[in-house]
Amino acid sequence: MHTMFRHSLTQSHMLTGVAAIALAMVGAGTAQAQQRDPAYAAARASGQVGEKPDGYLGYVVPPSPAVRAMVEDINIKRKAAYAQRAAANNATVEEYALTSGCLAVSRTAPGEKYQSPDGVWRTRSDEPPVRDSRCPA
Amino acid sequence: MMPRKLTRSALAARKPAMQESSSSPLRSGRRAVRAAMVLVGGAVACSGCVSVNAPDKPIVIELNINIKQEVIYRLAADAGSTIDANPGIF
Repeated sequence: MHTMFRHSLTQSHMLTGVAAIALAMVGAGTAQAQQRDPAYAAARASGQVGEKPDGYLGYVVPPSPAVRAMVEDINIKRKAAYAQRAAANNATVEEYALTSGCLAVSRTAPGEKYQSPDGVWRTRSDEPPVRDSRCPA
Repeated sequence: MMPRKLTRSALAARKPAMQESSSSPLRSGRRAVRAAMVLVGGAVACSGCVSVNAPDKPIVIELNINIKQEVIYRLAADAGSTIDANPGIF
């Protein structure tokens, strides 16, 4: 009786562990991957893609099919996030995207590319980026 | 249908002010002075007038710009946390 109880206890522990792992995998799939995909990180670092003022990624140079697919995928996910948060804030997707663009450009690391409002691709330096005059400080 | 008069008959005007051509020369002089003052006042006022001409181009009010600056400031904090919450796509 006693051993049976202990046996079932360990089994339930194992089951909990399996469930936790499964949940974590599902979570990683649904919530956006917690960190940048290596290919995305590489494309940013090499200056192939950059942040546009409208809140989406853009191609600094003509993209390879792989880079194009990756950027389109990210931009679709961004738009979904913008749409959801815009609705929660009674704003339009464009307004929310533009606001996010202000911040995303600000958060570029030195060496990364961003587009100034005049459409010119610039390399981020230690200086503040050239942004839309409407962007918050 | 009963025939009705549109207006009732009223008494004749009795007050001097209501009567024409009985004003004294003094009174008409005052009136002239007052009229002149109004004219001069109008002329002075018009020298300070700003003349506004309608532009020949259509007036385009860019509401987007004004609305958005306000909206952007309102959304900034939320957008910041959205970026933080989705590090994989930003």
